[in-house]
Amino acid sequence: MSHKARSLAFLIALLCGLSVLPLILSTYYLGLVTGALILAILAMSANLLLGYLGLASVGQAAFFGVASYAVAIYTRSAEGAAWSAIAVGLLAAVAAGLVFGPLAIRTRDIFFLVIMLAFCQILYGVTYSWRSVTGGDDGLPGLARPDLIPGVSLDGPVSYYVFVAVVFLLVVGAFRLFVNSPFGLVLKGIRDSDSRMRALGYNVWLYKYIAFTASALIGGISGVLHAYYYGCPNPADFSLIHSSSALLMVILGGPGALLGPLAGSLIIVFVREFVSNVTDRWLIVLGFAYVCTVLFFPDGLIGTIGRWWREKSSRGRSHATAPLPERSQEESSTEFVSAGKSN
Amino acid sequence: MEFWIIQSLNALSFAMLLFLLCAGLSLIFGLMNILNLAHGSCYLVGAYTALSVIAWSDNFFLGLVSGSVAAGAVGFVLQRFLLQRIYGRRLLQVLLTFGCMFILGDLAIIIWGADPTTLRKPEGLTGAVDLGGIIFPKYRLFVIAVGITIGIALWLFQEKTKWGAILRAGVDDEQMARAVGINVPALFTVVFILGTALTGLSGVLGGPFVGVYPGVDLEVLLLAVVVIIVGGLGSMKGAFFGSLIVASLDNFGKALFPELAMFTIFAPMAIILAVKPTGLWGRVL
Repeated sequence: MSHKARSLAFLIALLCGLSVLPLILSTYYLGLVTGALILAILAMSANLLLGYLGLASVGQAAFFGVASYAVAIYTRSAEGAAWSAIAVGLLAAVAAGLVFGPLAIRTRDIFFLVIMLAFCQILYGVTYSWRSVTGGDDGLPGLARPDLIPGVSLDGPVSYYVFVAVVFLLVVGAFRLFVNSPFGLVLKGIRDSDSRMRALGYNVWLYKYIAFTASALIGGISGVLHAYYYGCPNPADFSLIHSSSALLMVILGGPGALLGPLAGSLIIVFVREFVSNVTDRWLIVLGFAYVCTVLFFPDGLIGTIGRWWREKSSRGRSHATAPLPERSQEESSTEFVSAGKSN
Repeated sequence: MEFWIIQSLNALSFAMLLFLLCAGLSLIFGLMNILNLAHGSCYLVGAYTALSVIAWSDNFFLGLVSGSVAAGAVGFVLQRFLLQRIYGRRLLQVLLTFGCMFILGDLAIIIWGADPTTLRKPEGLTGAVDLGGIIFPKYRLFVIAVGITIGIALWLFQEKTKWGAILRAGVDDEQMARAVGINVPALFTVVFILGTALTGLSGVLGGPFVGVYPGVDLEVLLLAVVVIIVGGLGSMKGAFFGSLIVASLDNFGKALFPELAMFTIFAPMAIILAVKPTGLWGRVL
């Protein structure tokens, strides 16, 4: 009960925080937060795979890009489309998930990662070279934000922020319902031992397939928001930087944690903002962030610091230098990373 | 007919390049279960180092050696100081090498700039040679010869020498190898250096016809990934025949259906994944 109450309080605090931001932040920083929320949704799609199936994907941008291109292409053919364009974008992402899913979920750990990487690069290559439809490396500029509700314009930064924040909260709520449902619990079971779940009579393949498609849908939501945010889908939407940032956000926030992706995304977006004032070699920073996260915070920045803090306060000074204990089986949301050579 | 022979030779030379690239990747994976995503970066480091050394010394073969050494040094640092700290945690290791790919790619831009270049071909191998009516670049024949030589040398090394036996023991059963007194951590480091140095070598060899530019690291990594998926990870035979298949598909795909070039490589990969996820010659994990 207390857990439930705590997470409810957390959601309310999040709601308050998100609604206060437009009042205290300048338009510029509000724009950054909007971008961070959009990327956080993308990271949540990676989180669904990593935290609940133990599959690390560096190709989530595939769904992201497919959705944003679908919105732009459809809007060009049907002038003034609003809800229908969004629906087309999401359907395209789901379709991509349905097509890639059967291939991708045949594989596990590093092979899954590599397959997703390859998918994303195929789409990148297609959008780059299929100029007549995708506009090549120019992308498809000039995508205007539609009036979803007549009379309410999304053109201003504040109104678009509100729209993105509402969608974000809806996604968070749906994600929470999804992973705490019996379905989500089966996914966790599959993550910990798929042979055991198979022995219990669950159709592991189908569960994985549905979860994969759901993650494609979430990635698609992020892609649609992104397309309207910048108004110009381009091949960079499929870039490795996008996918790998999303994955890093998940790891930083702690795989499986509901709001980990938001924390990771805020960290990455604001660090990138800070770094871009100093140097334009952002990739080095991203690479170092990857290396440091993996070496020092494999359970996520927040998880590791929180654990360190608990250790320190519960054990007192005499044991402060003792090494951290192994995580117990119950809270092993990152158990996926320690699969040994035997499998 | 002439078209087919020239294209086959082209495919063969590209296949040898891919083989050198993937042999290291496969060797490392076979022994220590690490998929090194910074492999493309070793290619890049090898090629760029050779670029500088050749410009300085005007000697291609010095470039070949220095490129391999530089890539091997990168491999040494990566394995000894980074990967060994998280030994046994496969996915974290992959992500670590992934981060290193970003770092090395960007460092290369800082040091060598972002303009695409090619390596100069060695003297004596610049022109074309007449093979009974078929004109073919000498340099590509040279690449074929080097690839076959190294392939045979690797096979002899693995099958006929004491070091090869130690290596095979480590691949087959790491714990038993430790138990009979083989220094497995040292073996890991040596193999990692060997594998990355081979990749650096392929970078230098590929420099004159693939070119050196930012982003080539990811491109060759993806090709290597396709090869290991088709051929199977962890087997030298898989790397060799996988390279042949992928290079042929790539070459004939580009020559016959230029607009579908992406699919001629990736479609077979998808089919093999669907039918035989371990690859045609892969070890069962």
